[in-house]
Amino acid sequence: MTELILFFIFGSLAIVGGLTVVAAKNPVHSAMGLMLTLFSLAVFYVVQAAHFVAAVQIIVYAGAVMTLFIFVIMLIGVDKEENLTETIRFQRPLVAIVGLSVVVVGVFVSVGGRFTWVTGTAGAGPEVNGTVEAIGDELFTTWLLPFEATSLLLIIASVGALALAHYRPRRRERSEEEAP
Amino acid sequence: MTVTVDWYLILAAVLFVIGAAGLLTRRNAIVMFMSIELMLNAVNLTFVSVGRELQTLTGQFAVFFVLVVAAAEVVVGLAIIVSIFRARATASVDELSEMRG
Repeated sequence: MTELILFFIFGSLAIVGGLTVVAAKNPVHSAMGLMLTLFSLAVFYVVQAAHFVAAVQIIVYAGAVMTLFIFVIMLIGVDKEENLTETIRFQRPLVAIVGLSVVVVGVFVSVGGRFTWVTGTAGAGPEVNGTVEAIGDELFTTWLLPFEATSLLLIIASVGALALAHYRPRRRERSEEEAP
Repeated sequence: MTVTVDWYLILAAVLFVIGAAGLLTRRNAIVMFMSIELMLNAVNLTFVSVGRELQTLTGQFAVFFVLVVAAAEVVVGLAIIVSIFRARATASVDELSEMRG
């Protein structure tokens, strides 16, 4: 019963947040909508006994990633109007046709077809409990190599971001303009 | 009435479609990035729900690695957006057409 109530409250909040991301004119409002969705998903992770994932979701996504987004929005500025001219001919009718056919196929598959949501063999455990202990136990034995690979990826990403932020193209025109 | 795995999967599909629509319709690079994050999160919800249904922790490890890769992707992508903005003073992807064939 608790799960049902939580599902309806936070499911609708997640969808409202997602629609805000897509529809808001101001990118700051989009960021706030995304944060709402991220928090709602963290609630679902807690409900589904994925405690560690929920904590990481709050810390990494809502903490670090969204801060980065807000910083960049502030850096770039939010007052730019979006340019809505079509660059491809007949863009809008084509989009309407493709989108409508995707919706029709989706409804046909999920309602009309014989469709099972999850297939596969169930694991050994009676009930999954994603505590830090359980996650760490398996992460540092079975998943050790992927874990080390992600550390390499993070180092490469941070060095790449530093290089991109540090790089300044030499502008000869400007130095000539500035010369008296 | 209990919440089954189908409900979570439908919710995840709805969020994914919203994110995909945002990615396809918006021209602001930052908002497109946020739509990508929305899609990644929808997939994460799918992983956790199916992992719980199949009584395995593997889904949560998939989410863990998706989170790490998404964080790295955001760092590099936002650095690229900032450096493009410094060079061109725009964040609209329609105006970045030097590399068109």
